[in-house]
Amino acid sequence: MDLEFGQQYEDFRQEVRSFLDDHKPKKLGDIGSKGGRKALIEWLSLLIEHGYWARTIPKEYGGYGAAPDLLETVIMDEEFNRVGVARGMPAQGPSMLVPTLLEHGTEEQRKRWIGPTMRGEVMWCQGYSEPGSGSDLASLQTSARDDGDDFLINGQKIWTSSADKSEMIFVLVRTEPDAKKHAGISYVLAAMDTPGIEVQPLRTMSGGLGENSFNQVFFTDVRVPRSNVVGKRGEGWKIANTTLKHERNSLNSNSEGSLVRLMKLMNRETVNGVTAMASPVFRDRLMKLQARVLSMKHHGMRMLTCSLTGESPGVAGLIAKLQNCQLNFDMSALAIDVMGELGGLYDHTKYERDRGYWQTHSFFSLGLIIGGGTAQIQKNIISERGLGMPREPKPAKA
Amino acid sequence: MDFGLSEDQQLLEETVRKFLSDQVPITRVREIRDACDRDREAGCPNDRKTWSELAELGVTGILVPEAQGGSGLALLDAALVSQALGYAATPAPFLTTSVMLPIALAEVGGAEAEAWLVGIATGSLTFGVAATEAFSVREEAGVVLDGSVLRGKAMMAMDSLEADFILLSLGRDRLAVIRGDADGLSRNRLITTDVTRCTAELTLDGVTPEVVYEDAGNGILRMFDAGRIVLAADVLGACESMIEQAVAYSLVRKQFDRVIGSFQAVKHMCAEMIAELEPARSLVWYAAYSFDSMPDEAPLMAAHALAHLSEIGREIASVSTQVHGGIGWTDEQNLHFWFKRISSARHMLGGPEFLRNRAAELQGLVPAA
Repeated sequence: MDLEFGQQYEDFRQEVRSFLDDHKPKKLGDIGSKGGRKALIEWLSLLIEHGYWARTIPKEYGGYGAAPDLLETVIMDEEFNRVGVARGMPAQGPSMLVPTLLEHGTEEQRKRWIGPTMRGEVMWCQGYSEPGSGSDLASLQTSARDDGDDFLINGQKIWTSSADKSEMIFVLVRTEPDAKKHAGISYVLAAMDTPGIEVQPLRTMSGGLGENSFNQVFFTDVRVPRSNVVGKRGEGWKIANTTLKHERNSLNSNSEGSLVRLMKLMNRETVNGVTAMASPVFRDRLMKLQARVLSMKHHGMRMLTCSLTGESPGVAGLIAKLQNCQLNFDMSALAIDVMGELGGLYDHTKYERDRGYWQTHSFFSLGLIIGGGTAQIQKNIISERGLGMPREPKPAKA
Repeated sequence: MDFGLSEDQQLLEETVRKFLSDQVPITRVREIRDACDRDREAGCPNDRKTWSELAELGVTGILVPEAQGGSGLALLDAALVSQALGYAATPAPFLTTSVMLPIALAEVGGAEAEAWLVGIATGSLTFGVAATEAFSVREEAGVVLDGSVLRGKAMMAMDSLEADFILLSLGRDRLAVIRGDADGLSRNRLITTDVTRCTAELTLDGVTPEVVYEDAGNGILRMFDAGRIVLAADVLGACESMIEQAVAYSLVRKQFDRVIGSFQAVKHMCAEMIAELEPARSLVWYAAYSFDSMPDEAPLMAAHALAHLSEIGREIASVSTQVHGGIGWTDEQNLHFWFKRISSARHMLGGPEFLRNRAAELQGLVPAA
């Protein structure tokens, strides 16, 4: 056990710090909003130029071209978190499509899409889930029928984040209707302005339709060139699983930051003239959460070490999504309890605390417990792959 | 950056686990329990023969400096041994003699320390610790210095019934060491649910101490921090064993023509237990590492580590028993040895509510009264 990073990495940390001192954007809130697209592209391009985004993506695909180094990644994340600036753009194009193209895409697909995606010039949404295919994703029914050099796509996708703001979609479709359920799926790229694609917003429990919008996407005879398949036809399931792996990795959120925010709230919020922090009951709940935050933080370091050494983490490598998502939900629950009678105030009404952050955080973290593989599915994975317990037997056909 | 165990540490862990599974299997723990049951007055589960063998492995002196014949290793190494003892539910005065004593003696020094540390390393001396009153006074207990002798009562003294010496706290700032066979000392066994640990009440009526350490407040705190981390590791090991037993049982027990481990209800119970255990392991390792490498962080980490392991320990002890169904509730199935060991650890060095309040105090979150 040695938690020092060493001189080489401390030098790197200093580089990141001075970059942030010089270039930290002043109005962070505007980046990513609709009017801020140009500013976003400039910011991401600057990050790529200095190697703080798209760091390990080869230069010919629009990246910085550095060798992969996990500790550099950790340091960059720590330093950007410290000043409260997102390192790059936490969206499905960079986090899910780009790794998939790097692993399975053709040279032409990589050259065409990776650079613009990392720079924020092309936004992507993910077309996986369907109304009838959630946890059992491989049962999906959206079809792609051969028609000359094209596919004609028909069907419906749901839970499509940011579909209303995206230029492109990576979508799973059934191209081989006679094959077995996992073998008939292909991974296809489509432009969202193709005739026949219709986006309908899906209002969620958080009420708003803004940043974290959900949508349904309907496909009616949507014509897509067959060359837009990523990987081989019929191998979409395998390819999607590599993408889902990237999603589960990216769902590990910054719970330490939320804890600091929660402590500030508890020091500020008073009832009957006494702060919440002065209440032994609330303080005890806070300390319980702090122990869990510390556990997950150090667990992350243990898993990072496994990645560095190539040692398999075993079952310990399967639990982060389940635990972190629940932890985030529990932190927002304490924050709302601390606000007590005012905990339900929302939508920028009078007396609302932290501009509704905790209410939104509560809804959103509940969504993350479900999204990217529900908690129930995570527990199946942990018990089957981690503990060697058998799959639930299939019911006998009637 | 390396958040993992060294090859030496892995070897140490394997060696101790192998030794315990060969020499002190749960059938032996059961024999010890039965012997203690037959001797209500003086039954003590700590077995001298096992202790001598652990000394030969270098375990008893793991924290004793090399100059005194010990291994001079770090608290993380001691935590790994403790985890192995918890995993095997082995009765042994490791927490007291091999962890709390060397840490306290390192802080307070003194001429006597040298011989005692040598004795700890060779396994010839064992120490009890009677320091509950430093953080929790019940039954009007407490030992005071009256002129040159000690008087009073110490509750829930650890490993003290057959110990050669006993380390006592006198309030929060003074420590004393007395002989186990000192005149004026009576040691009364207190029978607890946990038969794998030795618990006693000490009554001191004019006992002449071997030594009194003044200004030992820091030594007491440091001793408790180390003790809490190492006790958390014991709970971790016990939890690990209980989960393994639950999973193994679920793969052989059949109901409704299937092994019960194929029901999602049972699988999810096991997944939830392991999902709590693995991050807790990371917390305990970090706390142990901080004790030697980042001493400023250690008090907070020690409080959180034991409080957190006490909470998940209770849950894992209960759920792994439930996975077994009715047989898990019987004496014959042995699970209860671990269940009770986890339960008793919860209040040996401060319960979770006390420890969380201490964690808040350490961060300046508790307003002055």
